[in-house]
Amino acid sequence: MNNKRNTLSVKTVVAIGIGTAIIFILKRWVSIPSGIPNTNIDTSYGFLGFFSILFGPIAGFVSGFLGHALTDFTAYGSPWWTWVFTTGLVGGIIGLFWKRLDVTQGDFGVKKILAYNSVQILTNFGGWAVVAPTLDVLVYSEPANKVYLQGIVSAISNSVSAGVIGTILLVAYAATRTKKGSLKKE
Amino acid sequence: MAEPIIQFDHVTFQYDSQAEPTLQDVSLTITRGEKVLIVGPSGSGKSTLGNLINGLIPHAIPGKLTGKVTVCGQDVAASSVFDLSQHVGTVLQDPDSQFVGLTTAEDIAFALENDGTAVAAMHERVAAVAATLGIKGQLAQSPQDLSGGQKQRTAMAGVLIDNGQVLLFDEPLAALDPATGKSSIELIADLHHRLGVTVVIIEHRLEDVLTQPVDRVLVIDNGRLIADVTPAELLHGTLLPQIGVRSPLYLQALTAAGIDLAQVKGIESVTTVAAPNLAQRLAEWSAAEARPTKPAAGEPLLRVQGLRFGYDKQTQIFDGLDLTINRGDMVALVGRNGVGKTTLSQLLVGFEQPQAGTMTFAGTDLASLSIKERADRIGYIMQDPNQMISKNLIRDEVGLGLDLRGVAAAERDARVDEALRICGLYEFRHWPISALSFGQKKRVTIAAILVLRPEMLILDEPTAGQDWRHYTQMMRFLERLNRKHGMTIMLITHDMHLMLEYANRTVVLGDRGILLDAQPASVLSDTAVIKAASLAETSLYQLAKRFGLDPYRFTSQVIAHERRVTGDE
Amino acid sequence: MNNTLFGFAAGDTWLHRLSGATKLLAFIGISLIAMASYDTRFTAAIVVMSLVLFKMAHIHWRQIRLVVKLILVFSLLNLLTVYLFSPEYGVSLYGTRHLLAGSGYFTLTQEQLFYELNLALKYVVTVPLALLFLITTNPSEFAASLNKLHLSYKISYAVALSLRYIPDIQHVYHQISQSQQARGYELSKKAGPLHRLRGAAQVLMPLIFSSLDRIETISQAMELRRFGRDKHRSWYMDRPFGAADWAVIAGTGVIIAIGLSLFAVNGGRFFNPFR
Repeated sequence: MNNKRNTLSVKTVVAIGIGTAIIFILKRWVSIPSGIPNTNIDTSYGFLGFFSILFGPIAGFVSGFLGHALTDFTAYGSPWWTWVFTTGLVGGIIGLFWKRLDVTQGDFGVKKILAYNSVQILTNFGGWAVVAPTLDVLVYSEPANKVYLQGIVSAISNSVSAGVIGTILLVAYAATRTKKGSLKKE
Repeated sequence: MAEPIIQFDHVTFQYDSQAEPTLQDVSLTITRGEKVLIVGPSGSGKSTLGNLINGLIPHAIPGKLTGKVTVCGQDVAASSVFDLSQHVGTVLQDPDSQFVGLTTAEDIAFALENDGTAVAAMHERVAAVAATLGIKGQLAQSPQDLSGGQKQRTAMAGVLIDNGQVLLFDEPLAALDPATGKSSIELIADLHHRLGVTVVIIEHRLEDVLTQPVDRVLVIDNGRLIADVTPAELLHGTLLPQIGVRSPLYLQALTAAGIDLAQVKGIESVTTVAAPNLAQRLAEWSAAEARPTKPAAGEPLLRVQGLRFGYDKQTQIFDGLDLTINRGDMVALVGRNGVGKTTLSQLLVGFEQPQAGTMTFAGTDLASLSIKERADRIGYIMQDPNQMISKNLIRDEVGLGLDLRGVAAAERDARVDEALRICGLYEFRHWPISALSFGQKKRVTIAAILVLRPEMLILDEPTAGQDWRHYTQMMRFLERLNRKHGMTIMLITHDMHLMLEYANRTVVLGDRGILLDAQPASVLSDTAVIKAASLAETSLYQLAKRFGLDPYRFTSQVIAHERRVTGDE
Repeated sequence: MNNTLFGFAAGDTWLHRLSGATKLLAFIGISLIAMASYDTRFTAAIVVMSLVLFKMAHIHWRQIRLVVKLILVFSLLNLLTVYLFSPEYGVSLYGTRHLLAGSGYFTLTQEQLFYELNLALKYVVTVPLALLFLITTNPSEFAASLNKLHLSYKISYAVALSLRYIPDIQHVYHQISQSQQARGYELSKKAGPLHRLRGAAQVLMPLIFSSLDRIETISQAMELRRFGRDKHRSWYMDRPFGAADWAVIAGTGVIIAIGLSLFAVNGGRFFNPFR
């Protein structure tokens, strides 16, 4: 953040690289059975919510996009571009609120938790229940009822992930930012 | 000749997050071509001083700077990290985190790439620098796949490519095994000599750095420059023990034998150190001291038989390894980087599965236990506590294993308190973990394992990155666990001093199996083992050999004496 | 380690010698047009062409076996779901109805079969190209290629950094998750999903927070070597364009032009044999 020019700071560049790597690893290794057969909760969306609030819209978009694209590349040989784009979009939009929901000062109370969750739920539903399936219909000509149902399932599961994991990470991160001084031995 | 290249003029620096300045009113001058060592305990401000030379402070790390730092004629505060990097090449503490390239060649070329150098010129320069440092054969390899020494050389190549006038090394020995550390110090000396550059080394391992000549030593303590002396002046004086930096072992031997260091000549090196009747006095002292005793072995606790393991088919790490750990042992597991020390621990705790062989613990076949069940018997503590901690508060972190095992609240609290007391953390129990020092965090991870009441602990590099004072605290603590609470302990370490001082047994791991399993002091008399395991002779051993004493006996006696004098704190 | 993650295998065919930028451009161009076009003849031709290129790059079956199987399973599942949700979708797309079997909801029409054949082609059409790209392009050259295609060098380098750090962070993740298992976390345990999610957050905490520290260290190391100072940077692994590169780019242009002209011929994205 020390780079005062208008371009990306070195720290944001590094954050994008590391964030992409983490999203890749979470998508590949850490998904949690949701209880519904064949549907897993993808933990990477929890991380993406946290990461976007920490590093902003550009980092959120690029890491989400690249992380998803790399995962698809290695798992299926070819990315499913509409969903890859939506992951980026979700990260980017949540990231727009990074200044308003600033966690770096060590304060992430109930108000900010509610605000973060409203943002992430709206974004995930907008992204997964609207944007991704609509693009699927337009680009891949898939039947609408199939893709919208898939979209709604993803919207729910991804906002649960962003809600639970994202909130826990944000609160924990804010707690590590508390200042010393008031601490006494007892 | 004495043209100043680095100048600090009444420099005070305070980090934004700190209540007190980390550096206070520091003034110093380093002249062109000098080789200077900056020593001081952890938190003394020595790394801050280094970051003021390369400009990370105040340009990348925010804080309040007063006074003036001038490097190569530039005012650091008015310059930038980028401009300063043309003059000052910085080799960071952990080369692994400094590598950004996918291959060694790309990493060396990184600075040139950022300058927009033409591709052909870049290939030429990289080849030339790699040849200078002897890593030409590694250019196409991934930096992570290199040996510790090659990593260090790659990191150096990446800054040498700039032809800077100052080379700054921030704790160059931290990540290296003894032999590699020794050759790194030799390499730095060689570069200093050949390139005529100014060298600044920041390190708390004084003895290791002083194996090669140094022009001057700057001592930092509590943010102040408290000494600016030659190595000989420093060693003659009494400053070192006061600030928690360990003086060289050979001088401790001389002190033990009652020799006044003020009268010693050639004090900088074990090969030159001299005093009236030195040989005779050392021999007399050794003859008068008690012979080292062999500690009695306990009953076998862990038995490993015919262990076979490899990460892939081509490279076998263990090929029929046999090892017995006895109850009450404090074993040091040593060997060169990548020989499988960590792998062995991970096989024991179930993180990896053996291809063949049996492991029994107190009569139970470990193969029949899950990772979680094994953790109730054998606790494994990773090198970096930050990779183990998942709660914000100390109590929660320490009690986590019990909570996850469904232990009732009352018993849980009692066991947590007990573990906190043993680890000296009871008074901090309501603190957030983020407020603790590195060493304290390490204790939290130990406490979190102790609540499960294992019978054996495995610690990966328990003292890495800690200065002598914290190192001593940590080791005394582990020793108490071992002696008072009967805990069997296995330490994975690179540190020869640690092994000599605290272990009752040393297992040297070599390619495919155990090279030697003996008492610590006797390991260092075996030159073949030393070479194969990338260990280094200690100065006590060299001193004993120089004066015709039995190295094993002499080493044991000096260590025993040292322990009697410092006492159990 | 890095090189095996994405399957790169060194070789010396003309495809290996092409610049990464060329291959990336060709891959993206052809994927886009193949994604847009529903002309069966066109997509089938691209599949055949990619298979021929595969042969030319001397890629062995064992290198791609696993991925191909995964893709087949994924595609079949998807095709089946499409049918279950909309068995008459083909009819509405092509505007005619040639019933083969069935009645009521689950009917089987020629139109539906043809639509699903097109869909299947779409699922697989870019796969050989993607694999070809991954197997013949040195990851080190990838970032340089992105930059050559006028993506900002900082974003390009972020891609290189993620390739560089995936193996490291993956290693750390395994270490951490095992040490957390030893503490008693069991992610696969039969507990409620919410409970498991909270558990996952706890397990991931050390991974994520230690990675944040890493970001600080790496960015300082990079600044110390002047990353981000200038508007441009050069790349050690950069490859100059040769005649073959220009030929491939021209070829890609021709393919895209054919795809686009088929839109005009067919009066839309769909090739309709039923009319």
